[in-house]
Amino acid sequence: MAEEAELAADQHVRYIVTVEKKKDSFESLVMEHIRLNGAYWGLTTLDLLHKLHAVEAAEVVDWIMSCYHPESGGFGGNVGHDPHVLYTLSAVQVLCLFDRLDVLDVEKVADYVAGLQNEDGSFSGDIWGEVDTRFSYIALCTLSLLHRLHKIDVQKAVDFVVSCKNLDGGFGAMPGGESHAGQIFCCVGALAITGSLHHIDRDRLGWWLCERQCKDGGLNGRPEKLADVCYSWWVLSSLIMIDRVHWIDKKNLTKFILNCQDKENGGISDRPDNAVDIYHTYFGVAGLSLMEYPGVKPMDPAYALPLDVVNRIFLRK
Amino acid sequence: MHGRPRRLAKPVDEEAASAKAAKLRDLQVQVLQNHHSRTYTKEAIGLSFKLLEINPEAYTAWNYRKLAFQHNVKELSDPEAIRSAVDDELRVVEVALRQNPKSYGAWYHRKWLLNQKLTPVDSEREFGLLDKLLKVDARNFHGWNYRRFLARFMGVPDEEELKYTMDKIGDNFSNYSAWHNRSILLSNLLIQQSKGFESKQKVFSEEFELVTQALFTDPSDQSGWFYHLWLLAQTSTPDKPQLIASWPCNGAKLSSSFIKEKVDQNTLSSIWCHSLKERTVPIVLYFNEPVKGLNQSSVKLKSYLEFGKDIHWRALSMTDSGYSNCWATYLQIANECSSSQQYSVEVSILCSEDIVSRSGSNYDSPVHFTFTIELISDSQDIDLFDKPVAWSCSESLQSYGNCEPIPFDLLTITSALIEEESNWHFERLSEQIDLFRELPDDNSKFVKLTLARLLLACAAMKSCGRSLIERKRYCDEALGHLSDLIHLDPSHKQYYEDERSSVLMDKLTCDMETFMKHCSVQVQPNSVPLNHVQLRGLSLTCVGFAERLMWVQVLDLSHNSVRSVEGLEALQQLVSLNISNNQISSFTALEPLTKIMFLKVLDLSFNEIGAHPIDTTRYICSSPFSHKIEACEAFEQCQKKNFNVEEYWDALLFFKSLKLKQLDIEGNAIASKENFRTLVMELIPSLKWFDGECVN
Repeated sequence: MAEEAELAADQHVRYIVTVEKKKDSFESLVMEHIRLNGAYWGLTTLDLLHKLHAVEAAEVVDWIMSCYHPESGGFGGNVGHDPHVLYTLSAVQVLCLFDRLDVLDVEKVADYVAGLQNEDGSFSGDIWGEVDTRFSYIALCTLSLLHRLHKIDVQKAVDFVVSCKNLDGGFGAMPGGESHAGQIFCCVGALAITGSLHHIDRDRLGWWLCERQCKDGGLNGRPEKLADVCYSWWVLSSLIMIDRVHWIDKKNLTKFILNCQDKENGGISDRPDNAVDIYHTYFGVAGLSLMEYPGVKPMDPAYALPLDVVNRIFLRK
Repeated sequence: MHGRPRRLAKPVDEEAASAKAAKLRDLQVQVLQNHHSRTYTKEAIGLSFKLLEINPEAYTAWNYRKLAFQHNVKELSDPEAIRSAVDDELRVVEVALRQNPKSYGAWYHRKWLLNQKLTPVDSEREFGLLDKLLKVDARNFHGWNYRRFLARFMGVPDEEELKYTMDKIGDNFSNYSAWHNRSILLSNLLIQQSKGFESKQKVFSEEFELVTQALFTDPSDQSGWFYHLWLLAQTSTPDKPQLIASWPCNGAKLSSSFIKEKVDQNTLSSIWCHSLKERTVPIVLYFNEPVKGLNQSSVKLKSYLEFGKDIHWRALSMTDSGYSNCWATYLQIANECSSSQQYSVEVSILCSEDIVSRSGSNYDSPVHFTFTIELISDSQDIDLFDKPVAWSCSESLQSYGNCEPIPFDLLTITSALIEEESNWHFERLSEQIDLFRELPDDNSKFVKLTLARLLLACAAMKSCGRSLIERKRYCDEALGHLSDLIHLDPSHKQYYEDERSSVLMDKLTCDMETFMKHCSVQVQPNSVPLNHVQLRGLSLTCVGFAERLMWVQVLDLSHNSVRSVEGLEALQQLVSLNISNNQISSFTALEPLTKIMFLKVLDLSFNEIGAHPIDTTRYICSSPFSHKIEACEAFEQCQKKNFNVEEYWDALLFFKSLKLKQLDIEGNAIASKENFRTLVMELIPSLKWFDGECVN
């Protein structure tokens, strides 16, 4: 008789805490430049599993700040790496988890992000000018968490995101870019945060998104691709924000995610029996959170943080 | 991070692995050092190449290379030397792309180089690189993005790029990226009215042929079906905005009172309009697509009654930069008028530049309608809520023979003007239906789903008189396919249920014959006659075609599977609503009800409010998280009274905007929470009946 799969929460916590210490393998070195993202993935997962206290808050905050560039106001992916919005958002999100936004020079950080908005409303990732709707989401999310949205032209930012809307109802990285679940999350998130979801044809996008569910129960990122655990977040959170999540089969998706666990050593992989990593561990647990899996804290689908953290930021006096 | 096996096939050579890691670590340390010290020697730059060859994701190294390039190139004046320097960078990108064809850093570096415009672009080399990469992976969106950039940069006409998409599709019909690019190019060509692309009809006819070919060749490929859906949407969207329903409708008679004898004798000829007691007349306008620009000059009102100075039109549906299907205004009767006098009001919408649809068309379907208001000065003050309103469970409702609710035909103000365009649409759709009926559909859900969509598109074009019989036939056939789909594709069951629910509402309400069975005029003892619609127990998941229900005053939607009440905001006459025994899962999902000014009785019992930690309408409603509401303003009062805002913010926002007399909420998880009942009673001072008990 097949065993009912369960979430191996303790093993995942142990995996996250130990992998943080392993910095010298080739695999870790190749990811060295996105360590700050890794911190967000690992720590948010710990919080979702009610184990944020397994790490020393002060240590984490100190390390985050060592990635800060006081001249620009941005954060790099690791100590000594150049500032970029990708890591600035992760820094702000981690500080939100610990309720330590007080360590920031909020105006400086907000100015860094706001200064990257272009004439057409789009955002560059850094001073080198790459434009992508990922950066629109990041900018809006960061500034919103810091209560500094007024520093940018929100309408133009929204208009740019809307200009990336495709005929299948989805969104791409830039105008004309093919619809992809990751970009869709960014655009839907950007529109959610700015109260602009009515720009979306929710039935059309909802159907495109629910068609991401494959025969194995997992979700892919676009048509004719393989399922991957990370889409359990990108697709699911998008569906939740547009109130169409009931169009997928949650039971089968849950089974898929649980089958991607390494129940002995902890961690979750992209597909069953593949190598685990922090990224997929986070997205797997986050996906389970969105499906109200018992024992996992509920998450806010737009800000990608636990619900209690977001409620605290926007509702507490 | 992706696609690596968990257990390695052969044992790890520890020493080699260590050496490999050490080499990378040293490279990374050195490159960062050179970057921070602004060392741009040939040697230093060479190290960055070695690093990016191994790890194209080391983004700081790409930044370093840009700085080094800028530093060194500004010393050069010889165009050949400059070209060589650019060439070096392009080669680094190519090496990096060999390692990872999806490296953001590599692709952007190339784009950045071209944008420096220091040397003419080698078109063959650029397109050659793209051809190679897209041959290896036709779905590499980085490649396609770069291709779109390059085409624009080099001034390649869209028609030429269109040919390229044809080639890719010809190679392999299953190429979503190519079909997507095709849709983008065609849209541009149509908007620009380029030579050969002036006629939407011609272009879409050809595209239908192309995609049908693909679908018949390989029905299991998904990309064709998605493209087909796009084409279908293009041919089914309304060409121009039109008014499709209004309240009051043409010929309606509104009264603020009623004569009991007339009720008893079944000779009621007017609608009891509760807002007239407060000398307010709502007018609701419903269009076939979202529009904006309704104001005092675009919507003309003619009457002997004087209305308050500023006539302000309010968008009722979720607005999209101010666009909405449904608009309302609340006329305040300003002048003194004699009792029992009837006044007519004429509403005219003329061709207008003010009123514009989301698709950009101006309003040019002039329409007007007239209704009468009877003002009665003696106040028959009836307390409607003397006793709690009971919901009738019996099958046969008290129906008043002669006095029918407003005939449905009158709800449609404009008859669908059959124009040439519509004929073309209908022909195209019928053609497609015939074609797809021929395809064997036993295993392909896409065939069935597409057929269902085509049938519904045809149904939508049959909107009046005798063609309603055809409409119902199309609906029935579509319903058949949707039922099959629930068995064929069970993981998408809820999607098909929602579609089914919408079609059922259409079928039920599109003609008076069927609809009559659900309608009646109800009079409770010592009460007023109210128009009642009964839609209980129909497995409905949502409310569709709300524009046909704008006259409804009492609505029973209980014992269904309703999870969304979107659409109900159009029912401005609604006094009582029963959505008990459904699947409403949060207060935010009920936001449309807060737009119904005169809602007094609400039965929410036995739903799922409070049972779900994840709120799927959190960002659809107006809230502080989406910056639609200022948290401090909205919750100031509540915080003073020590309500837990973090826990009850959604309940607070919902209840404080309603002036209910009667509320039922038992059977929801939230109802048993501590202090919840106190909260509700504080928030709704007008509440008289709470879960069947009298509030004092």
